[in-house]
Amino acid sequence: MSTETMAGRDRSAAARATGLTLLIAVALGIGALITAFPFFWMLATSVKPQREAIDFPPTILPQQPTLEWYGQLFTELDFGRYLINTVIVVLIGFVGLLLMAMAGYAFAKFDFRGRRWMFFLVLATMMIPVQVTMIPTYLILNGMKLTNTLVGIALPTLVSGFSIFLFRQFMSTIPTEMLEAARLDGAGEFRTFWQIVLPMSGPILAVQVVLTFISGWNSFLWPLIIASDQKLYTLSVGLALLNQQLAVNPSLQMAAASVMVVPILVIFIIFQRYVMQGFALSGLK
Amino acid sequence: MRNRLVPYFFVTPAMLLLITFGILPIAVAAVISTTNMNISAFASWNNVDFVGLDNYAKLFADSDFWQALGNTGLFAVVGVPAIVILSLGTALLLNRSQSWFFRSLRAFYFLPAITAIVAISLVWSYLYNTQFGLLNYLFSLVGVPPVQWLSDPWLAKFSVALVAVWRGTGLNIIIFLAALQGVPKEYLEAASLDGAGEWRKTVSITVPLLRFAIFFVSVTTTIAWLQFFDEPFVLTDGGPLGATTSVSIFLYKEGFRLNQFGYASAGSIVLFVIIAAITLVQLRLRRADDEY
Repeated sequence: MSTETMAGRDRSAAARATGLTLLIAVALGIGALITAFPFFWMLATSVKPQREAIDFPPTILPQQPTLEWYGQLFTELDFGRYLINTVIVVLIGFVGLLLMAMAGYAFAKFDFRGRRWMFFLVLATMMIPVQVTMIPTYLILNGMKLTNTLVGIALPTLVSGFSIFLFRQFMSTIPTEMLEAARLDGAGEFRTFWQIVLPMSGPILAVQVVLTFISGWNSFLWPLIIASDQKLYTLSVGLALLNQQLAVNPSLQMAAASVMVVPILVIFIIFQRYVMQGFALSGLK
Repeated sequence: MRNRLVPYFFVTPAMLLLITFGILPIAVAAVISTTNMNISAFASWNNVDFVGLDNYAKLFADSDFWQALGNTGLFAVVGVPAIVILSLGTALLLNRSQSWFFRSLRAFYFLPAITAIVAISLVWSYLYNTQFGLLNYLFSLVGVPPVQWLSDPWLAKFSVALVAVWRGTGLNIIIFLAALQGVPKEYLEAASLDGAGEWRKTVSITVPLLRFAIFFVSVTTTIAWLQFFDEPFVLTDGGPLGATTSVSIFLYKEGFRLNQFGYASAGSIVLFVIIAAITLVQLRLRRADDEY
């Protein structure tokens, strides 16, 4: 075979491959738009007047955009309070994050009696589904007089075996000499942890902070079970209650859904790398 | 002496919480499941009696429980392959190029995985609405009469599962993309030299090399379907006529609407045993696989 025809063959094969890539790009682009469409629909509807939202045929873009539903959520409905409650639940979650980092540090850098069985417990809890524990956990919280409190909402998910495991894995890679050096310089144990270990765990900490924010913000089951007083509702529970009004006012509901989703979208856009990495690590969540 | 207590200072708070809310509840559930405990127990513990295995006997005679089990099984049997195939296929396509365009598409597919299910379910129930939902409008354009997405018992199962599939693929795409990084380029190049086409290379080289990732995704997806709760809770509340009631929804209703703590605990122990058994079987299969 002459080199000329071979080059021609390569060229046509390359052209075919490029064509295929282009075709795949188009298909994936359409798939991505379909996947993201419900978000667009949510935002578009949230600024439509009520009449337009239940109009048939539907308008794709709002004809007379209005922000009245967002106003109504925070004035006539109690979404301001739900928002504050949600933020408090998230903040309590960060306390849990600190406790998990401390536990991960202990498992990574200390040898102590009970370490083995404690770590076994950490791994064992990763396999227990929440539905199995929801009734007894409710009864336990009730016994502690913590039902109907924001602390009670945050407590059941405050510590997760998987996060402790991730912290331990990462902190095992911190050189022990650095900790010894800090101790020789007279730093206390907690200061060593706070000023050396935590800053050195930056990457895993970033992943976990973002994940803790997302899971606290989105949490639904525990607020639903623990908060019976409307004053303690989080955004997710307030939103689920709006569900009954669907026939009446989709615009209001989409505005409420947007209040819940948009902050997560913003977090995702800013911390995309950490979010994807974190989710790939945790697999299940 | 001071030194020996240091690790306990770090580990105790987290361990206490983990034991209280991770381990202890299993024991409590097992104990309660042998009693007739209900809301009256809050008035006086004298209202709680030991009933042995009565709750379990009642559970297995309860047609609602069997329906919930059947629904959950159906969701898992249809949903696991759907999510695995869809996410694997999309990941393979996304992996074709490392260009800016392909990389930025990942975010779109991933988006549903991190947004609140409650909010998203609300958006979907608006899309599904019989009178003014967008889906029925699109169908009407091609002459299809209004579809009862959430009120027809069989269709409701499908509609609810579709939202979960939409939500579940994004995360698994990311896992598969990570696994695809580990496929050696040399293998694919060698196959190309031997004249293997794209399809052939994917089926004979890439997919077999992703065996562990496929296994991992199958296990986690199975467990997720067995715990299926949020989507049917918001979209249909388990209806119509219990058609979308999963075991988790059944447990929630028995426990927190009817306050039958003893009875619901028996159900949760059964669910726990099922999940543990399936996990063990899958792990055993993997171990057998590893021996090759």
